[in-house]
Amino acid sequence: MSTPPLSSPPAAGAFTFLANGTSLPWADLPEFNAPDLVRATGAEIDRGARLCAWFGVPEGDATRLVAVLAFDADSTLAVARSTPVRGSYPALTVTHPQAHMFEREVWEQHHLNPEGHPWLKPVRASNTAGDAPAVGEFFRVNGPEIHEVAVGPVHAGVIEPGHFRFQCAGEEVLHLEIALGYQHRAVEDILPGGPHRATMHQMETVAGDTTIAHATAYANVLEALAGTEAPLRAQWVRAVALELERLANHTGDIGALAGDVAFLPTASACGKIRGDFLNLSALVCGNRFGRALVRPGGTRLDLEAERATRLLERLKVALGEVEAAAGWFWDAASVRARFENVGVVFGPQATEIGLVGVAARACGLVRDVRFDHPTGWYRFAQAPVAVWPGGDVYARARVRWLELQRSGQFLQEQLAAAPAGPVNEPLGPAAPDTFAVALVEGWRGEVCHVALTDARGAFRRYKIVDPSFHNWTGLALALRGQAISDFPICNKSFNLSYCGFDL
Amino acid sequence: MFVFDTLTHRLKRGCETMGYPQAPAPALPDRHGGALRVDAAKCSDGCQQCVEVCPTGAITRPAGQPLALDLGKCIFCQACVEVCPPKAITQTNDHRMAVRNRGDLLLGAPGQEEVRLAAALDKKLLKLFGRSLRLRVVSAGGCGGCEADVNVLGTIGWDLSRFGINYVASPRHADGVLVTGCVSRNMSLALKKTYDAVPEPKLVIAVGACAINGGPFIGSPEVLNGASAVVPVDLYIPGCPPHPLTILDGLLRLLDRLEEGKR
Repeated sequence: MSTPPLSSPPAAGAFTFLANGTSLPWADLPEFNAPDLVRATGAEIDRGARLCAWFGVPEGDATRLVAVLAFDADSTLAVARSTPVRGSYPALTVTHPQAHMFEREVWEQHHLNPEGHPWLKPVRASNTAGDAPAVGEFFRVNGPEIHEVAVGPVHAGVIEPGHFRFQCAGEEVLHLEIALGYQHRAVEDILPGGPHRATMHQMETVAGDTTIAHATAYANVLEALAGTEAPLRAQWVRAVALELERLANHTGDIGALAGDVAFLPTASACGKIRGDFLNLSALVCGNRFGRALVRPGGTRLDLEAERATRLLERLKVALGEVEAAAGWFWDAASVRARFENVGVVFGPQATEIGLVGVAARACGLVRDVRFDHPTGWYRFAQAPVAVWPGGDVYARARVRWLELQRSGQFLQEQLAAAPAGPVNEPLGPAAPDTFAVALVEGWRGEVCHVALTDARGAFRRYKIVDPSFHNWTGLALALRGQAISDFPICNKSFNLSYCGFDL
Repeated sequence: MFVFDTLTHRLKRGCETMGYPQAPAPALPDRHGGALRVDAAKCSDGCQQCVEVCPTGAITRPAGQPLALDLGKCIFCQACVEVCPPKAITQTNDHRMAVRNRGDLLLGAPGQEEVRLAAALDKKLLKLFGRSLRLRVVSAGGCGGCEADVNVLGTIGWDLSRFGINYVASPRHADGVLVTGCVSRNMSLALKKTYDAVPEPKLVIAVGACAINGGPFIGSPEVLNGASAVVPVDLYIPGCPPHPLTILDGLLRLLDRLEEGKR
């Protein structure tokens, strides 16, 4: 297990620090020229920071780069920006691989060339007639024994589209390259000038299985921009909904993993129990995915005492059932044998590529926004962070199981501890020329929303980072040296979002 | 050890598949709301409140004309229901809302207060698909919500296969395509190719507000506002996402598998 070392306070004039879910004037962000920003960001990462977001803000015909870093041990976020850049700047990826996807994205969105980037290609856009994402060329391994396997975008099964290219020597995968972008809906492009009437609903569907986490991050950003806070009871309802979302998805994942190793008792039971958890979300707000619950300023609906009691009763039953179903699975040596030492991502690799969420915690990294950067209800109550060393499929399944138990316990405690008061308050106008950041620990991992307002208080730039944006690289690494037949369980053990990445 | 545990639990749980459609349908959550009903005659003069709160432009009321609500564009956020003082727009708590024609989702005109539910396939197609329907599911710009609730029909609780309906891996094995998502430009070719690979005669089922008309992303430059931009749609199932019961109702209605004389 490795915890980032406690950082010493930054040198004056370097990054500006702020807490999760707060805002500061855009003018207060320290300005570096681009090469200096790259160097300073690299230095902070070397001191234990993580890159939460790296993106461009258009300014005339130039672009400013913005870095958002997290010092997990200090519960602080560090931000800085560059002076307007045109053309190119030296790539951060060369020294710090966790920036590689961000720099490809900046190149695609703002046409800024990160010089020295080792694998510069589109992240999600199409450059053809609009038929398919421009995947350019794939990394190729040559040799008489080598063969290439191409899968997707339409896969077998009811799942989202993506394209996977395996370079194989027999069964062994030498390299996997993942090309995404098929679900691209231009989410970030339609946000400037907002919030619009549909914005809240678009946030809820950035990744449908992460509705509560994205909606909460968005609400936190708007509240930070308005300088207000949602009432305590609303924060309690949000936490309850967020943990229900986690329970449903982790249960589904355990069932799917069992299904992929043909362990049907757990697979069938978990498929059903997942639905029971989704129905608990529907009990709270009418929708199985938590739509129309979280609103800027609070929540649209209250979770009254009588409803909370009903929720608690049904929750206990579902938790008991998932306990039994997962018990069969953990007891079976055949299941453990299929999961252990398969799809390993090593701790140092995980740190280097900036894994977050379940995938990071399964590599022994203690990373959990609820614990590291608590906002809302998590300032008062926390579930223990679930960590497991190993970095293999087994560890990722195990972390899910631990979280199921701990979130279940957390929910049972919190449902009995409702604060009184209203669940929403009118939200004031967003402050002009202001920059706000909000992190929320969704069930997959860290959801990061960043907003910058213009002189009228409308969005000038809105950046969304779904945990999948960090973690797809982890799946590619997990496949190195694996049998290609192990791809399904590796993929399921990460269970990343396509639409959350494609935006 | 675990074999006995598993067997004991299995026996204890009994049959988990619901009795529907022979038994009554499972209850919808009390806050769900179900399909909408529009009584345009109840509208107050000049009131535009519902039009102003609708996030997807599903509601229109041009001057001098009655209120019109397009349930295909609706994402069921309930904002219009909450702001309507004379209760011209109400919830029916009815899970049934699948239709065969896009126009049947337009509510508000006299005699069109509620959706006109889907009619079954014609005799020839019923003979082909009525007892065995294989679907290739294509997620094209979906958020994962519809996909999850389409998937859930395959689990033991709903057990879609008891109706002879299955999801299959290859379009060559399929009788139709089930589309979710607003159809991103980047998925249009893949959707078209999948459709083309399904042998004739074939069906297309659009599940969810996105697949019908773009949902929350209607009008975004990277989306084509629904499946009909690429393939001809035979069944529209509204919702964001539709409740599994709504999807199942649509499929069974299409295959004439519901013993239901009314409506």
